[in-house]
Amino acid sequence: MRSNLHLKSLIFFILIFLFWESSSFAQEDLSQTWFNPHRANMLIFLIFFFAVIIYFIERAKKGKSLFIRRIAGLDAIEEAVGRATEMGKPVLFISGIEDVDQIQTVAAMIILGNVAKMVAGYDTPLLVPICQPFVVPVAEERVKEGYASAGKPEAYNRDNVRYISSEQFAYAAGVNGIMLRERPAANLMFGSFYAESLVMAETGFSTGAIQVAGTANIHQLPFFVVACDYTVIGEELFATSAYLSKEPKLLGSLKGSDLTKALIMGILALGVVLETLGITHFTRWFYIE
Amino acid sequence: MDLGSALWNGLAVFLTLCIFSILYKDNPFYKLAEHLVVGISAGYFAIILYYNGFLPKVWVPVVKEGKFYYLIPTILGIMMWTRFSRKWSWVSRYPIAAYMGIGMGLAIPLTMYAFILTQLSATMQPVGFANAKLINNLLVAVWVLCGLIYFFFSKEHTGAFGWAAKIGIWTLMVGFGAGFGVTVMGRVSILIERFEFLVNYAKALIG
Repeated sequence: MRSNLHLKSLIFFILIFLFWESSSFAQEDLSQTWFNPHRANMLIFLIFFFAVIIYFIERAKKGKSLFIRRIAGLDAIEEAVGRATEMGKPVLFISGIEDVDQIQTVAAMIILGNVAKMVAGYDTPLLVPICQPFVVPVAEERVKEGYASAGKPEAYNRDNVRYISSEQFAYAAGVNGIMLRERPAANLMFGSFYAESLVMAETGFSTGAIQVAGTANIHQLPFFVVACDYTVIGEELFATSAYLSKEPKLLGSLKGSDLTKALIMGILALGVVLETLGITHFTRWFYIE
Repeated sequence: MDLGSALWNGLAVFLTLCIFSILYKDNPFYKLAEHLVVGISAGYFAIILYYNGFLPKVWVPVVKEGKFYYLIPTILGIMMWTRFSRKWSWVSRYPIAAYMGIGMGLAIPLTMYAFILTQLSATMQPVGFANAKLINNLLVAVWVLCGLIYFFFSKEHTGAFGWAAKIGIWTLMVGFGAGFGVTVMGRVSILIERFEFLVNYAKALIG
């Protein structure tokens, strides 16, 4: 049943891909073709990518051990929560400004659940300002689950998960206000951020809070690196959520992407050697018109 | 400057200074500006959604043009609102699944094209020490490999692998430094524009 579901998902992606192929990139007449042979390389790559991810997800579901090295950012999160507990001040968790359909927000919600479990154990308040309305019920659910799994469901305060604004800088202004008034001792910023990242990180720095941030938006990483005590870089955000949750789908996806990375490294090394020797047929296969 | 411009620009100057006042410390003026921007943005986006979302994408196609298939995404959108009901929130999973599935179906091939295949073909260049271009290609290839090794999570960063990962993170930090410098330059120019606005307003008032 589950294999059929994965097969159907694969077919769905291929159909979307074929539809995209036939309708974009200067395809003028949709009735002429359903398959662009010039993009066969991408199709093969996609099939390989999906196949390895599905393989590792199935392995994870069967309980096979999948090794993932510990991410250093996890220790930083525990240290931040511990510091907030010692100082008797709240922990502020910011989950980015994108909606729940973005994978970074999903990863942030997983980390939020684990942070909620940590703070519940220490009786430390947890403040969660939210940018997008549809993230609010997801965040409420994650925090509630965290408190319940720590054995303290009565400590959950719904008012601590607040919608601020969907406008980028209005949200940043609201978060800055919370940082300056509530004076959290730890700021955890995980998710998708844009220009407001430096505004919030600098304000948090000025309040003396310990800050741990993580995003896959590479243009915002420099600001988090300079303003925060620890930064989880790019894909480490997804690895952190997979490591914390031990969810088979997340673990399998991470292992699958690792195998794809290993393949890309091999292709890169081989391609460079062949190009240096003057053999260009191999590298031309990866070129898309 | 006419009276209308003087009043509206004056309000902009006042709110700009209210926001700048946070550089000293939290105060009622900053709180006023903050609450104003949060409230106005909520109201503004509600109207934007109506005129840019609902009217052209639901009302006009369905009522004016008779394209009833637009009702399918409309119903999916309405189902999303059940998210806020404890009893009916399970209904919202269907439109969220459709939204994410279609989004991923479009995003994954685009990402594969832009960030993997294009980057691969651009990085696989001849290398050597004969001239600057070949040395540059070698450095790019080595740094890309080391950067990929840093993000490899299936092996501990020990031994030679650890050293390659270290080179990878140094490469990333150099890139972040360059990106930081470029963006800070952009932000400083925005600040300069704001100061010019304040100065020009003062000059216009004084005459």
